[in-house]
Amino acid sequence: MVNEHLFKRFDDELARLDAKISEMGGLAEAQLARSLQAIRERDTSLSESVIASDARVDAIETEIQDHVLQMLALRQPMAVDLRHILSSVKMATTLERIADYAKNNAKRSIVLMQGSVPPRAMTGIDRIGRLVQGLLTDVLDAFSKNDVPAAELVWKRDEEIDDAYNGLFRELLTYMMEDPRTITAGTHLMFMAKNIERIGDHVTNIAELIVFRVTGSPFATDRPKGGGEIYRPA
Amino acid sequence: MDTTVTTAVKEQPRTNGVGHDVKFSSKQVKVFYGEKEALHGVDIDLRDREVTALIGPSGCGKSTYLRCLNRMNDTIAGCRVTGTTTLDGKDIYDRSIDVVQLRAKVGMVFQKPNPFPKSIYENVAYGPRIHGIASSKQDFDAIVENSLVKAGLWTEVKDRLDQPGTGLSGGQQQRLCIARAIAVSPEVILMDEPCSALDPIATAKIEELIDELRENFAIVIVTHSMQQAARVSQMTAFFHLGHLVEFGQTKQIFTNPVDQRTQSYITGRIG
Repeated sequence: MVNEHLFKRFDDELARLDAKISEMGGLAEAQLARSLQAIRERDTSLSESVIASDARVDAIETEIQDHVLQMLALRQPMAVDLRHILSSVKMATTLERIADYAKNNAKRSIVLMQGSVPPRAMTGIDRIGRLVQGLLTDVLDAFSKNDVPAAELVWKRDEEIDDAYNGLFRELLTYMMEDPRTITAGTHLMFMAKNIERIGDHVTNIAELIVFRVTGSPFATDRPKGGGEIYRPA
Repeated sequence: MDTTVTTAVKEQPRTNGVGHDVKFSSKQVKVFYGEKEALHGVDIDLRDREVTALIGPSGCGKSTYLRCLNRMNDTIAGCRVTGTTTLDGKDIYDRSIDVVQLRAKVGMVFQKPNPFPKSIYENVAYGPRIHGIASSKQDFDAIVENSLVKAGLWTEVKDRLDQPGTGLSGGQQQRLCIARAIAVSPEVILMDEPCSALDPIATAKIEELIDELRENFAIVIVTHSMQQAARVSQMTAFFHLGHLVEFGQTKQIFTNPVDQRTQSYITGRIG
C-alpha cells in the first residue's frame, strides 16, 4: 500500500499489531464455529471449552490496547498510520464482543441440552449461524488483504442475516405458541438468534473499519436493513 | 514529475467557518537561484486571520516561497522571482511598491531570535520610529506596552524595559522579536521555524501566542515539526522538490492527505 517508514521499528510495530488482530480474529472465528458445533452436536464439553477459551480473546484485546497506547505515545502517528492504529483498536473491541456472544451462546446451549428443543428450531439457529460464520470469515479475509471491495460486499450482505433472523424469530414464536413446554428453550433460542444477529452487525462494523482504514472515508450510505417488520405489532 | 496541486479546500467547508478574505494570492510563482529553478510555479491563496503552515523536507522550497511574500529574496544575489504574488490584490513585485513599506506590512520572525543589541524598549520602539508611526513619548510607550502585551511578554519584562533584549531567555527573545514585528502594525506575520531553537515550554508559549495573533493577523509559518503544524495551523501546504504538492485544511492533510507524497512525508516514510 505504502512504502516503509524511516524508522523501521514502526513498520515492525504496525505489522505486529496486524498479526495480533489476525490472531484475535482467528480465535473469535473459532469460538463462533465451536459454539455452533456444540449446539448442533449437543456437546456440553465443547460448550464448556468455548466458555473457558474466551479468556484468551480478552487477553489479546488487552495486549492490543497496551500496544496501541505505546504506539500513540511514542510514534505520534499521522494520516494512514493513525487510521491504521485507531481502526485496529476498534476492531479489537469488536472482535472481543463477537467472542463474547459466542461464549454466551455456548452457556445457553448447556441449558438447552437439559430440556426438550424443537429440532427444526435448532436447524434455524444453525443456518443463521453458518451465514454469519461465512461473513466473519470473509471480513477477516478482507482485513488481511486490505481489500475494500470485499469488505463492501460483506457489508451489503448483512441484510441476509437480518432477513434470516426475522424468519427465525417468527418460527420460534410459532413453536412457543403451539407448545408452551418449549417456552424455556424457545426463549434461550431467541437470545441465541439475537446474539448471532448481533455478531453479524459487528462483522459489518469491521467491514466499515477496513474501508475507513484504507480510504480514510466512512461509508457514504446507510446499510440496507432487513427484518424491520418484527418491530411492528403483528 | 506531477505538478498538479491537490487542493481539497474548495470541496470542503472552511475550518473556522468564517471564510476570511484572501490576503496573499500567488500565481505561477517560480524562483531561480542563478540558472537553477528552485520553486516550480506555485499557485496558492493565503487567507486573512488564518494560520497557514508550510511543511516539507529541507530544500523543498517552503522557506524560499515564504521569503517571496515580503521580498526577502531580493536580498539574495542571483535570485530571480517570476509569476505574480498579490497582497490584497496588489502585485507586491510591482515597481510602485516600496519594499520597506511592504516589509512593515508583512513582518517576519526568524528561526533564531535576533533582538537588536539595544534595550527591550528600543527593540520594540525602533520600527515605529523609523516608519514614523509615532512621535510622542506617550505614543511610543503605548505601542511598546501594547506590542509586548500582545506578544505575551509584558508581565515578564515591564519592570526592566531598559535592560538589553539580548539578556532575555531564548523564548523571551523570540517573543520580543514577535513584539517588534507587531509594533509596526503589520497585516501578515511570516515565521520561519520560529520555535526550532526553543525548548518545549517556550515553544508552547509561542504556539499559544500564534493562536491569539490569528485574531488580528494572517500568519504563515514554516516548520519542520509536523505536530506543530497540526497544532497551530488551519491550512497546510506541503512542498516537495520545489513543487507545491498539496494544499488543504490541516485536519484533512494530517488525517487523510490526497497525494501519496504528502502521505509518505507526514507519516515518516521514504518518499
